[in-house]
Amino acid sequence: MLVNGIKSRPVYTGLTIDPNAGRHLFALEGEGPQALFDQVQQVGAGFLASAQILYVPTTAAPKDHAAKIAALKPDDLWLAPTIAVLLNRFRNELSRATMRTRIYVAGTEGFIGQVMRETLDFGVDHKSIRNEHRGSEARRVQCVHCKGITEDVKTSPYACTHCGLNLLVRDHYSRRLAAFQGVSIEAEEPGTAPPPEELFR
Amino acid sequence: MSINTDMAVRVTAITQVAESVKRFRFERLDGKPFPVFPGGAHVVVAWKDGGMIRRNPYSLMSAPGDTSAYEISVLRVEKSRGGSAFLHEKVKLGDTLSLSQPVDLFPIDQRGRKHIFMAGGIGITPFMAMMDQLSKLNQNFELHYAVRTRTHGAYWQELTERYGAHRVKIYCDAEKLFIPTEPLLGAQPLGTHLYVCGPGGMIDGVLGTARKLGWPEENLHSERFLAPPPGAPFTVKLTRSNKTVEVAEHQSILEAVEAAGVDAPFMCRGGACGQCETNVTACDGEILHHDHYLPQADKASGKKIMICVSRIKGKEITLDL
Repeated sequence: MLVNGIKSRPVYTGLTIDPNAGRHLFALEGEGPQALFDQVQQVGAGFLASAQILYVPTTAAPKDHAAKIAALKPDDLWLAPTIAVLLNRFRNELSRATMRTRIYVAGTEGFIGQVMRETLDFGVDHKSIRNEHRGSEARRVQCVHCKGITEDVKTSPYACTHCGLNLLVRDHYSRRLAAFQGVSIEAEEPGTAPPPEELFR
Repeated sequence: MSINTDMAVRVTAITQVAESVKRFRFERLDGKPFPVFPGGAHVVVAWKDGGMIRRNPYSLMSAPGDTSAYEISVLRVEKSRGGSAFLHEKVKLGDTLSLSQPVDLFPIDQRGRKHIFMAGGIGITPFMAMMDQLSKLNQNFELHYAVRTRTHGAYWQELTERYGAHRVKIYCDAEKLFIPTEPLLGAQPLGTHLYVCGPGGMIDGVLGTARKLGWPEENLHSERFLAPPPGAPFTVKLTRSNKTVEVAEHQSILEAVEAAGVDAPFMCRGGACGQCETNVTACDGEILHHDHYLPQADKASGKKIMICVSRIKGKEITLDL
């Protein structure tokens, strides 16, 4: 069960390279590098001479993405062990970035959302950030009751990992929290939750 | 407008601030405070000119938090349609005029970490209010102000004194000093917003440079008010009001229908806000779109017109008004 058709659901418009940018800053996760490889195929590798790439290869991703990026010889490639560490480095890069820097994000929705949130805090409009969803469709969801965030939610309803309520996953999204909003599916009548349905692979 | 929220005001000071630039101070006749306005807002000033009511938009340049008076600065334009000439020559201390409520089509983007203002000539006025607002909030801004000569440029001295030479840079055409747009825009930190106000050519040039340097569209802001350009007279038929109105050479469609007693919607009267968008039922002639509001596709369709600045080359246009 999923509630969709909600306007706040993010739309990922693609990692299109901005030919005018003086510097290209990439934050990639998991299968995200495939969006980069597609761009190289389409517009050539020229932009990589002024590209800085931060990549976190998650366990689900095949290991050779990092080697393949390195083979493209970007100006800088840095591998992060976890998303949290990548975000920390990314913030530092933003504080050094100029208006000539274009920001690109690719990976799972939860990752894109967290990178976007860091960028928005720097006074950048969300429409200025180029993004592409790659990899798992699992969602990052906030429980609207206890405010706890659960990563990698694959079903709806799901049991909140913080308070245990059975939550209905909706397309209602918060850019500030970088999370979809989950709401109790049996608030009126406890014990009536339907069985979880696997919706996000 | 269907709801009249105009404020009757008295002119309480007129100051010559530079060659061809006068500042007008307005206070309310009813003694009430003015609304606090956001920096960048404008008002539409209305006055009686012969049998007609003239309305022109001007940026507010007084401090946004000062509710005791509103101030505007007006450049005397050579080929004036009557607006600047009237204010410069006819308006005297103690005269009464009417002001609309403030409307902001050129707001500060509050998310910005730094704000760069680029002004050409009289384009300085909205930035006077915006800088006052930002300085009170202790926010980071810079002004780059191009003037023809030191005597033509309004306020450059007091702005330099108030905000310091590190934040206010003056470029004088006569001294062959020009805003170094490219190096300046190439070195701004992420999260900077750019605001441009001045002659059309300057705005296009600055925004073009910013785009070429990779600035995202979302960080670029500009404001240009157009005076309705003159043109050959033509006839307007109004289907809803069932009236036929002649538009004179120096009149806009909006002014002509207002003179005929038709209450058409409007806000900026400068082709910017979109309030006066009107459907075209038929047109015997070519629509001359002068606004910078309608998307290209709408302009090409011939089905819409912004009646505050656009007119037609031809005989007659029928409008859904």
